[in-house]
Amino acid sequence: MQPDLHPSDAPVGARPPLLAMQHVDKVFGRDVVALRDMDLEVGQGDFISLLGPSGCGKSTALRLIAGLSHPSSGSIRWARDRVDGDLSVVLQEPTLMPWATVAQNVFLPFRLQGRRFRAVRDEILEALKLVGLEKFQNAYPRELSGGMKMRVSIARALVTRPRLMLMDEPFAALDEITRFKLNNDILALREKIGCTVIFVTHSVFESVFLSDRIVVMAARPGRVIRELRVDEPYPRGEAFRTSAEYAAQCRAASEALKQAMGAHDEH
Amino acid sequence: MSIDADHGLQPATAGSGLVDAEELARLRRRRAERIGQWVLPALVVILTIIAWDRIVVWGGIPHYILPRPGLVAATLVEDWPLLFESLLVTLQITLGALAIAVLGGVGLAVLFTQSRWIEMSFFPYAVILQVTPIVSIAPLIFIYVDSKIAGLLICAWIVAFFPILSNTTLGLNSADHNLRDLFKVYGATRWQRLRFLQLPSALPYFLGGLRIAGGLSLIGAVVAEYVAGTGGIGSGLAFRILEAGYRLNIPRMFAALLLIALTGIVIFASLSFLSHMLLRKWHESAIKRET
Ligand SMILES: Nc1ncnc2c1ncn2[C@@H]1O[C@H](COP(=O)(O)OP(=O)(O)O)[C@@H](O)[C@H]1O
Ligand SMILES: [Mg+2]
Repeated sequence: MQPDLHPSDAPVGARPPLLAMQHVDKVFGRDVVALRDMDLEVGQGDFISLLGPSGCGKSTALRLIAGLSHPSSGSIRWARDRVDGDLSVVLQEPTLMPWATVAQNVFLPFRLQGRRFRAVRDEILEALKLVGLEKFQNAYPRELSGGMKMRVSIARALVTRPRLMLMDEPFAALDEITRFKLNNDILALREKIGCTVIFVTHSVFESVFLSDRIVVMAARPGRVIRELRVDEPYPRGEAFRTSAEYAAQCRAASEALKQAMGAHDEH
Repeated sequence: MSIDADHGLQPATAGSGLVDAEELARLRRRRAERIGQWVLPALVVILTIIAWDRIVVWGGIPHYILPRPGLVAATLVEDWPLLFESLLVTLQITLGALAIAVLGGVGLAVLFTQSRWIEMSFFPYAVILQVTPIVSIAPLIFIYVDSKIAGLLICAWIVAFFPILSNTTLGLNSADHNLRDLFKVYGATRWQRLRFLQLPSALPYFLGGLRIAGGLSLIGAVVAEYVAGTGGIGSGLAFRILEAGYRLNIPRMFAALLLIALTGIVIFASLSFLSHMLLRKWHESAIKRET
């Protein structure tokens, strides 16, 4: 299998497609329109943030892409057939199995592929090393802080070297300091393994710092209203966070978000 | 990448010379509590025995109405061969019924979670079996079942299986829904979901049910013996109590009763211990907190 493109190999828009959502609607019950007519072309190596107020269908879009639910109409197509380990998710809760050690938790995706722990031990240790937790492989989740649990969750998502990683407000429940750190780390990890990321957030700062595409969504009904580009090249660091460019991008994203909050469909 | 900002496993700085008087008082209180936990009940037992003995002596109560504690102990030693044999019988029925209750309860619970329809069809009958007093079913069972042992086992099982069934069903269904989603994303099969997600999630619930079922299967065994009521070799402790009652052998009644109570305590304690050992690493119920 041909490895996916590294993010720095081609600019946004010129990257080969990974997957595409076309005219996707999602209706819950009889009349809750969670998503209306959503189009999204995801290119290999994109870091896309879905930014919007709560209830605008961000999680719904992510669940559709993950295959956890199906569109009411429209289609979601992978450019190349999806195989085991291509896709991984990180949720707002670390979602670890409390009865299993850190290493056993990271082992989960492999275990469900029917592989033996011994056969993938190196990959597991490597993933734990990437998130700085190799010393804690035998600890139980309850012994870890919130930030460390989230790192385990990220290690579990990385361990299969996925092509696409879906993250649903992964850092929303963490304190500001831990959050900044994890933002830096997630970019560093992405540089190393080069996967595509779709990242749900309601933080303007997070979306600007992390992504090269920001998809702004509005609620009632959930829909995409704008897409912004952040052209700052990776790797990004503290220098970017304090730059005028960053401030300008945050202002633009805030404007778009304000527009999203004010926008109501007449119906 | 380092983890200095969000450590979770730093040992407390020891020997720094700092002392918090309030903390020390709390530690002292804790130790006193730990000792009291054992000493106080023991003290109550001793006082009760002494009081019992004094009441019998000072009240001039004849031993065929209320024997002195010493006489009960002597009877226990004297009748030990007979009582021990009966204890083994009762234990056999109790543990046998508990084992079947575990297999049947967990098996049914797994079946229920595989299909809502099966659960809807059969759960009401499990409830009916549970709420109907065993003394009213037992005579029927002994009419239709020839083997006495089998009859006793069935009675004890009926009483014991429900807490295991209902707790395990609850546990299997209480698996974290985010974890369920995760399993789905990773393409888990039904069997993998059961084995790696639902069964471990159900373990604390199952163990809670098991502790209740342990006590209940003893009750079921004893009640069934009363109903079965036939004597001879292979009779359990309950029958010894009945028999001793007919013969006005009150000390032996007390001795047998004492054995039943002790059996119940031992069963409960061992199941609690088992539960603690299985959960101590990860479950909140088994973790000691500072405060
Ligand atoms: N399973 C569901 N059943 C019914 N309504 C739902 C369900 N999931 C989401 N919704 C509704 O769809 C809308 C979008 O939800 P969601 O995608 O969770 O928003 P977000 O993640 O952006 O906060 C909300 O109005 C929510 O109430
Ligand atoms: Mg959401």
